[in-house]
Amino acid sequence: MRTVYLDNNATTQVAPEVVEAMMPFFTERYGNPSSMHDFGGSVGKVIEDAREKVAACLGAEQASEILFTSCGTESDNTAIRSALLSRKGRKRVLTTRVEHPAVLNVARQLEREGFDVTYLPVDRDGLLDLDLLREKMDAEVALVSVMAANNETGVIFPFEEIARIAHEHDALFHTDAVQAVGKIPIRLADSDIDLLALSGHKLNAPKGIGALYIRRGQRFRPFLLGGHQERGRRGGTENVPGIAALGKAAEIAAEHVCDERTRVRALRDRLEAELLKIPGTRLNGHKEQRLPGTSNVSFKNVEGEAILLMLNQEGICASSGSACTSGTLEPSHVLRAMGVPFNFAHGSVRFSLGRYNTDADVDRVLEVMPPLIARLREISPFRD
Amino acid sequence: MAWDYTDLVKQHFFSPRNVGKIEAPDGAGQVGSIACGDALSLTIKVDGATDRITDAKFQTFGCGSAIASSSMLTEMVKGKTLDEALSITNQDIAAALGGLPAEKMHCSVMGREALEAAINDYRGVKAKAEEEKDEGRIVCNCFGIAEGKIRRVIREDNLRTVEDVTNYTKAGGGCGSCTAQIEEILEDELGKKAAEEAAVQPARKRLRTNLERINLIQEVLDNEVRPILQKDSGDLDLVDIDGHRVTIRMVGHCSGCRAAGLTTGWIEDKLREIVDPNISLEVLEE
Repeated sequence: MRTVYLDNNATTQVAPEVVEAMMPFFTERYGNPSSMHDFGGSVGKVIEDAREKVAACLGAEQASEILFTSCGTESDNTAIRSALLSRKGRKRVLTTRVEHPAVLNVARQLEREGFDVTYLPVDRDGLLDLDLLREKMDAEVALVSVMAANNETGVIFPFEEIARIAHEHDALFHTDAVQAVGKIPIRLADSDIDLLALSGHKLNAPKGIGALYIRRGQRFRPFLLGGHQERGRRGGTENVPGIAALGKAAEIAAEHVCDERTRVRALRDRLEAELLKIPGTRLNGHKEQRLPGTSNVSFKNVEGEAILLMLNQEGICASSGSACTSGTLEPSHVLRAMGVPFNFAHGSVRFSLGRYNTDADVDRVLEVMPPLIARLREISPFRD
Repeated sequence: MAWDYTDLVKQHFFSPRNVGKIEAPDGAGQVGSIACGDALSLTIKVDGATDRITDAKFQTFGCGSAIASSSMLTEMVKGKTLDEALSITNQDIAAALGGLPAEKMHCSVMGREALEAAINDYRGVKAKAEEEKDEGRIVCNCFGIAEGKIRRVIREDNLRTVEDVTNYTKAGGGCGSCTAQIEEILEDELGKKAAEEAAVQPARKRLRTNLERINLIQEVLDNEVRPILQKDSGDLDLVDIDGHRVTIRMVGHCSGCRAAGLTTGWIEDKLREIVDPNISLEVLEE
């Protein structure tokens, strides 16, 4: 059975060109870039080449603004901790209720450490009220951390504008852009963004590599203390194959943004329009202000895990914000923050499309979904 | 987390038996709610002359294991007398499915409660689960779980940790602010159980004959050990008892389990503690 992979917000297929770019660093060119000999030292050039490619993809001013990390979570954690250390004396942090756990759990830890964290609400479309954000800003705010795009709904936040608001109060701005990079244009050089986190495996590079953008001149405190790698900003021998892969992936992603806005979006829109024709179905997240490949749809009175199990049986991969798949017993914090009613929140399915999806994939989902939902509703006591 | 469902769970999920609602049922039980994320409606037909359940149908809103548990439950109760049906435990439902993932055990508890509610509806009495809603403070506000239910499930299912309580009742699975209260209840119940066990110890120490010892060993294995193993889809076979030497064979998930050494050590301790301090346990390979 052919696998139809519509879970690209979870992870992506590593691009063949990316695999090709990283392979020599496992076999012929395995030297340590910190070594004195040429065999290792020459690998250092590969790292700098990748840094330039990542910087170019983000529209950063200089390659030196890019720090390689192990993943998006490390980038987010590093960014937040570093920002707070460079704004000592300020005890307030502003973030949102719909952040990824890589930010939310740090925020909760900060509260335990004595910080005053404000979790901004979102409206029913998943959007932030910028006037409320302005209201909450004061001279005590050290950091504003707002994601560029939500992983569950794809809702895009006006992160450049939020960065400007943060700077008006001399606060730093960090954005978790793990879902946004490669899907929407980002130009950091023209923005007030101080720190931006990205993850390789969300943009067709392998797992285990990420990056953090740190605006030039911004004070930085390392998260991992060790050797002098990454100019002393992150200890630990560099993941050279991963870095080479991320460089290549960033290069391709920059070229791919246009395809995301056109072809991928058209696929998503067709899928979504047809799914929404199923009675008792709703879209979660703003219709327009959304990543081009993400569609989060809820099916009333059926449970998300049951839908995913049946999709899985048909070889279709998707995700759900239902309680039964979240590791807790409550449905997605994002959908709850948006006020999605329980009878819809439990039945949410996220389809996330990417570079390798085709019309045939959408056709297959549209063939399977209507009878699948009808079957589960037949079993449900709430179908009436 | 990938699904860790047995083939039987999958069979009952993909091809559920007895889906629907009996028109003019003799008994009906509804448990759960849409806010909680799972709900089960069970209807039964009863032959008044024989007191046997002649038909059972269900409607479930829930995950794969909730649907599978409901389906299995309807298969298990058909043809049974009401008293026989009431003796079915949530562990029985899970075991009949070849086991459920630990975090899904509340699905089997929901099945047990719906069955009890349907039978009590037929008999015109109030179900234990209903009584518990009225009695005792609400401990878990996220899922509306009262202290009475938590205590009952701790006792019935030999629960030992807060995580167990969450897996079996959902209490503590929302915001988590009630976990300290659950821990207090758990400690209280475990304390009571230990006191009860201590009270029966002197009687057990009076064992004199081989037959008494053999009977007690079987009793301990059946009542104290097996339910714990079955929770993890495992079990054991008692092969032989020769004096103080007890020989068993681990089966199901316990066979070849990486933690088998710990498990068998615990079984030996249990037998020594309750039956005789001189007992030695031998485990046969499959």
